[in-house]
Amino acid sequence: MDRRGFLKTAAIAATGALAAPRLSLAADSKTLRFVPQANLANLDPIWTTQYVVRNGSLLIWDTLFGVDDQLNPKPQMVESWENSPDFKTWTFRLRPGLKFHDNEPVLAKDVVASIRRWQVRDAPMGLPIKKATDALEVVDDQTFRFRLNRPYSKMLFALGKSSSPCLFIMPERMALTDPFKQITEYVGSGPMRFKRDEWVPGAKAVFEKFDGYTPRAEKANWLSGGKRINFDRIEWQIVPDGATAAAALQNGEVDWLETPISDLYPLLQKAPHIKVDISDPLGNIGSFRINHLYPPFNDVRARRAVQIALSQEDYMEAVVGDDASLWKTLPGFFTPNTPLYTEVGGEPLKGKRDYEGAKKLLAEAGYKNEPVILLVATDVPITKAEGDVTADLLKRIGMNVQYQALDWGTVGQRRASKEPPDKGGWNIFHTWHAGADCVNPAPYTALDASGDTAWFGWPKSDLVEAKIAEWFAASDFAAEKAAIDALNKAAMDDVVYIPTGFFQFKQAWRDNLSGVVKAPFPVFWDVTKA
Amino acid sequence: MFAYIIRRILSTIPVMLLVALFVFSLLYIAPGDPAAIIAGDQATPADVERIRESLGLDRPFLVRFFDWFWHVLHGDLGTSIFTNLPVTHMIAQRIEPTVSLLILTLLLSLSFAIPMGVVAAWKHGTWIDRTVMMTAVVGFSTPVFVIGYVLAYVFALRLDWLPVQGFTSIEQGAWPFLRNLILPSVSLGLIYMALIARITRATMLDVLSQDYVRTAKAKGVGQTGILFVHALKNAAVPIVTIVGIGFAALIGGAVVTESVFAIPGLGRLTVDAILRRDYPVIQGVVLLFSFVYVLINLGVDLLYTLFDPRIRY
Repeated sequence: MDRRGFLKTAAIAATGALAAPRLSLAADSKTLRFVPQANLANLDPIWTTQYVVRNGSLLIWDTLFGVDDQLNPKPQMVESWENSPDFKTWTFRLRPGLKFHDNEPVLAKDVVASIRRWQVRDAPMGLPIKKATDALEVVDDQTFRFRLNRPYSKMLFALGKSSSPCLFIMPERMALTDPFKQITEYVGSGPMRFKRDEWVPGAKAVFEKFDGYTPRAEKANWLSGGKRINFDRIEWQIVPDGATAAAALQNGEVDWLETPISDLYPLLQKAPHIKVDISDPLGNIGSFRINHLYPPFNDVRARRAVQIALSQEDYMEAVVGDDASLWKTLPGFFTPNTPLYTEVGGEPLKGKRDYEGAKKLLAEAGYKNEPVILLVATDVPITKAEGDVTADLLKRIGMNVQYQALDWGTVGQRRASKEPPDKGGWNIFHTWHAGADCVNPAPYTALDASGDTAWFGWPKSDLVEAKIAEWFAASDFAAEKAAIDALNKAAMDDVVYIPTGFFQFKQAWRDNLSGVVKAPFPVFWDVTKA
Repeated sequence: MFAYIIRRILSTIPVMLLVALFVFSLLYIAPGDPAAIIAGDQATPADVERIRESLGLDRPFLVRFFDWFWHVLHGDLGTSIFTNLPVTHMIAQRIEPTVSLLILTLLLSLSFAIPMGVVAAWKHGTWIDRTVMMTAVVGFSTPVFVIGYVLAYVFALRLDWLPVQGFTSIEQGAWPFLRNLILPSVSLGLIYMALIARITRATMLDVLSQDYVRTAKAKGVGQTGILFVHALKNAAVPIVTIVGIGFAALIGGAVVTESVFAIPGLGRLTVDAILRRDYPVIQGVVLLFSFVYVLINLGVDLLYTLFDPRIRY
C-alpha cells in the first residue's frame, strides 16, 4: 500500500469508527422532551403570572373548571354545581377520589384556601368576586359555597379561566402562603408530579406521571375532559438559542418545540420528520401602549393622530415576516374568530393611512415638537420590531421621537413610572397580549380604562368602564354582544391603546408524536410517541 | 514560598471586598425591576409594589448591602429571587458543566497551540509558518457563536456524529460526557488556541536566536530536544502569562458557548440572572468568578518559579 492509499484507508476507517455510535437514538417512547417558550424559573402560578409558569403548573395542579376550545368552562375537579336564579349563591361539589401528590385527599377546605389566595392576585375576576362575597364557606369535605351580595354570572368562567393567574387548587397548607410570597413546595393534584430533585432552573424541569390521578371520563379538550398522560416522564429542556433548539429538533434530541423562531419556519417545514403548524389559534394582539397622563397623549386628538396614521400591515410584516397566513389586520380589540369579536368602531384603523390628517390633529392638540419618549425592549424581537416601525411612523407625522433602547427588564420597571416623560417616565411602549386574554373583558386588563388603577398608561374613560360593567351584568349572549360592540367603539374613540394587528406563531414537533393540538398552552394529554 | 502563598491568599480578601461593593452598587444603580418581571404583564402596579416590598427591594441601599454582606461572611450567598433556591445550590448545580468545558478547552487549546507555535517558529517564513499564522488569524477573528453554529451544522446535523446541544455528567460515562463537550470546546478553544499559538511562535523565535541554542546545536542536540526541552522551557514564562490572562476571555466566551450549545453552566446562569435582575445570583456568580480569577493569577505567579528558577518570592 502506498502513502496515499494508507491515508485514504485510515480516513475511511476513522470516519466509520466515529459514525458508528450514531446519536439520534430511538428515543424512549415513554419520555417526552419538550422545549418550552421560556425558562421555568419558579413554579408558583399565583405569585407570578408568567405564562411558562402557568403552562408547567397545568401539569401539576388541577382546576375546578377548564375551558374547551370554544372557551366554554367545563367541570374538571367539580362533579356538580348549582346557582341561585339571581346568581348570588353558588354551591360546588368536588369529584370523589381526588388526591394530592402526597396522597392526601383534596377537600373543600383546600379549595377555599386556594380561592382566597388566587382572589388577591387576580385583579380582573378574583378581586371583584372577593369584593362581592359575603361568605365563602366549607359546607362539608366535598362541598363549598359562595354567598355573594350582588349577582356574578361569570363565576364558572372565572373559576376555569386559562389566563394567568388561573385558579389552581393547592393543599390548604400551601394555599395559606401570602399571595405575594412564593410557595416552598410543589404538591398538586394534577396528572403529573414535579421532580424537584431533578430541577435545574434555566436548564431542565422534569414531570413524572402521577398514578393517583383519575382523569374524567370525557374526551380531553384543551383544559377540560380527561387529562390522560401517555408518558412516564415529561422533560422540559430549556434551550435559550432558537437556532440550537431547531437543530436539536432536527437531530432528534428533542421532540417538540413550543415556539421555534419564525425565521426558521421555512427550514423546519422542509426538514424531514418534522411537522410545523400554528401553535395557538387565538394568537396574539400587538399593542401600541400610550401614556394618557402627559402631553401630547393626554389629549385624545394626539392619540387619534397616531391611530389614523398607523399601518398594521407595517407592524405585522416587521413582527412576523412576509408569511401573510400568520397575521391579519385587526380593526378591533377582541380576538378574531371568537364569539365576541367585533369591528364596530374600527374605521380609524381601516383604509389608507392619513399622515396629513394626523399632522393636523397633532397641531390641534397643541403639539409643539416636544420629545416623545418611546421605550423599546430590544432584547425581545417582537417589541424591537414594533418599536422600529413606531419610530418611523412618528417621524412621518412630524413627532420628535426619542427612541430609548432598553432590555425588557428595564422597560418593565420604567413603564410603571407615573413620572413625567422627561423625568424618567415615558410616552409609548410596545407589548402584545395573548389572544386568550382578549376574548372578553374579564381577563383583558389592557382594556381597563379606570384611570389611576388601570394598566400601564392609565387610560380613563367612563364610557369604556360602563360598557365593561354592562358586559359583566349581561345574562345572555345577545346582551353580551351588544355591550362588546359598544365597548369596542368606545375604546377606539378614546384610543385606550392601539392594536397593531393579530399574529400567530407556530410550533414544531417530530413526526413520531401524535395528538399535538393547537391551543393557547401546550396540551400534553392524549399526546403519544411512537 | 509558603508565606508568599498565604500572603497572596490573604490579599484576595480586600480585592473580594471591593468586588462585592462594586457589584452591589452597580446592580443598585442599574435600571430594571425583578418585581415587575415576577408580576408579569397582567399585574397591576400595586401588585408589583407589594412584591417589591416582600422581596425587601424597597429597603435602603446600605441596609441591603450590609445584610447581604453579613450573610456572605457566613458563607451564605443568599436566595434567588426567582427560584427561591439558595444561590450556593444553584452554583453547585452549574459548576460541573462550566468547569468541564473550561478544562477540556484548555487541554485542547494547549495541546494544539503550543506545538503549532513551536513548529511555526522552527519553520519560520515557510508555508507551514504562514499556514499556522493564517489559521491563528481566522481563529482569533471569528466569533465563537459563528464557529459553534458551523460545527453544529457539519458534525451534528450533516454527519450526525455529535449532539447539537446539552450536557451529560461524567458520572454517566466518559464518552457521553465527552461527546457533548467536543463541539463547544473546539468552538471556545479556537480563539484561545490562536492567541497561545501566536505568543508561542513569537517567544520561540526570540529564544531560538539565543546563543545557548546555537551551542546546543553545535553539541549535536537533536531538533526535538532543542525545541521542546531547551527552548520551550525558556519561552514558557510569557506563554504561561498569556494562558492566565486568556482564561478571563475563556470565562467570557463560556457565556456565549453555553448559550449556543445549551450547556447548563455558570455562564448561562449569569446571563439568565442578569436578564431577570436576580440580584443575589448575579452577585454570587460574579464573586465566584472574581475569586477564581484571583486564584488563577496566583497559580500563574507560582508557575513562573517552576519555569524560571531565577524568580523568587
